[in-house]
Amino acid sequence: MTPPQRQRRQPTHEPSPPIPEDLPGAAGERPPERLYILTGEDGERAPIDLVTLIVARAEPPPSAAPEQSALIRICQAPLSVAEISAYLNLPISVVTVLLTELLTAELVQARAPVVRQARADRSLLEAVMHGLQKL
Amino acid sequence: MDFKSSDTITGPRTEDHLPHTAQAAAKIVIVGGFGVGKTTMVGSVSEIRPLTTEETMTQAGIGVDDNYGSKSKTATTVAMDFGRISITDQLVLYLFGTPGQERFWFLWNGLFEGALGAVVLVDTRRLEVSFDVMGRLEERNVPFVVAVNDFPDAPRYAIEELRQALDLAEEIPIIRCDARRRASSRDVLLTLMRFLHSLAISGPSA
Repeated sequence: MTPPQRQRRQPTHEPSPPIPEDLPGAAGERPPERLYILTGEDGERAPIDLVTLIVARAEPPPSAAPEQSALIRICQAPLSVAEISAYLNLPISVVTVLLTELLTAELVQARAPVVRQARADRSLLEAVMHGLQKL
Repeated sequence: MDFKSSDTITGPRTEDHLPHTAQAAAKIVIVGGFGVGKTTMVGSVSEIRPLTTEETMTQAGIGVDDNYGSKSKTATTVAMDFGRISITDQLVLYLFGTPGQERFWFLWNGLFEGALGAVVLVDTRRLEVSFDVMGRLEERNVPFVVAVNDFPDAPRYAIEELRQALDLAEEIPIIRCDARRRASSRDVLLTLMRFLHSLAISGPSA
C-alpha cells in the first residue's frame, strides 16, 4: 500500500521577531489588543506570552476586583499565563488585560519567557535535554 | 462571561507549585490531525494533570475563507490543552497540544510565536490529516520533527517511505512513538531538542 503524497511548502515570510519593534497595532498581522509588559531594569518591552511566569508581590488589596484578587491569590508561587487562564477559567485575552492592570499597580511581577531567537540558545537547549533525560 | 466568585477559585495544588526560583519558561507545540494522540502525549509527559486554556477569536482574527459569506460577527472560542515539565529549579518547559479546529491554531496570537519548535504527530491510517499543519509550520519557519504514533492496526511504512510521502528534507527527524508511554513521549521531545540543537550549531537560517 502506498501512502498519500504531500508537497513541501516554503517559508512565506520572515519569522516573526521575538521582541517586536513596534507598538501594538503597528504591525500588519497583529491585532491591536496585543499588550506589552515592561521587563527588567532596562524597561524593554515584551509581549505577555502564554508562558510568561507571574508571581504575586503583595496581598490582594481590598479594592481589587474579584478576578484580580483571585489572580493574585493563585500566584503566590510562580504560575504561567496559560495556567492562570486555566485555573481562573478565563480566556487568555482577559487574563492579559487583568495582568496589565496588576503589573502597572506593581501587585504582580512578570518573568519573561524564553523565546526562539534567530540564533537559538544552545545552552538553553542543552539544559532542556539534560532535564528531559532525567525524566 | 461567568466569573466564579473569588472564594471558589482553586489554584494549583500545593504539590503543583513551581519553586520560587523559577525564572523562565519555554514552550513547544504538539500538532497533528484530529485524534492522533496529541492530548495523550501531553498527558503522558506532563508533571501536572493537563490543563485547558482558551482564547476568544473574533471574526477579525478569523480568515475570510473560514467565515466566507457569513455576516454575523461571531466570536469563536479555541481551547488548548497543555502540560508542564520542570527542567531545572529555574527553567520550566510547557507543552501545548492542539485539539481540533486546526485552522484556528495559526491565528492564535502567540501560540507558535516564540515556541522553540513543534512536534507533528501523525497516524499512518490517516497520514493526510497532518499535511496541512506541516505546510503551515514550513510557511512560518517553525522547526519541527515528525512522530509516528504507532497504533496497533495502523499500516507500518518504512521511515524512508514516510519521508518521501511527507516530502521531508533529509535532516528532519522522523521517529516512531507510543504517545501513551511517558518514556516514548520523552524521547520524541529529546529528538526535537537534539534537532533544534543541530540547527543552532549549523547556523541561524532555521
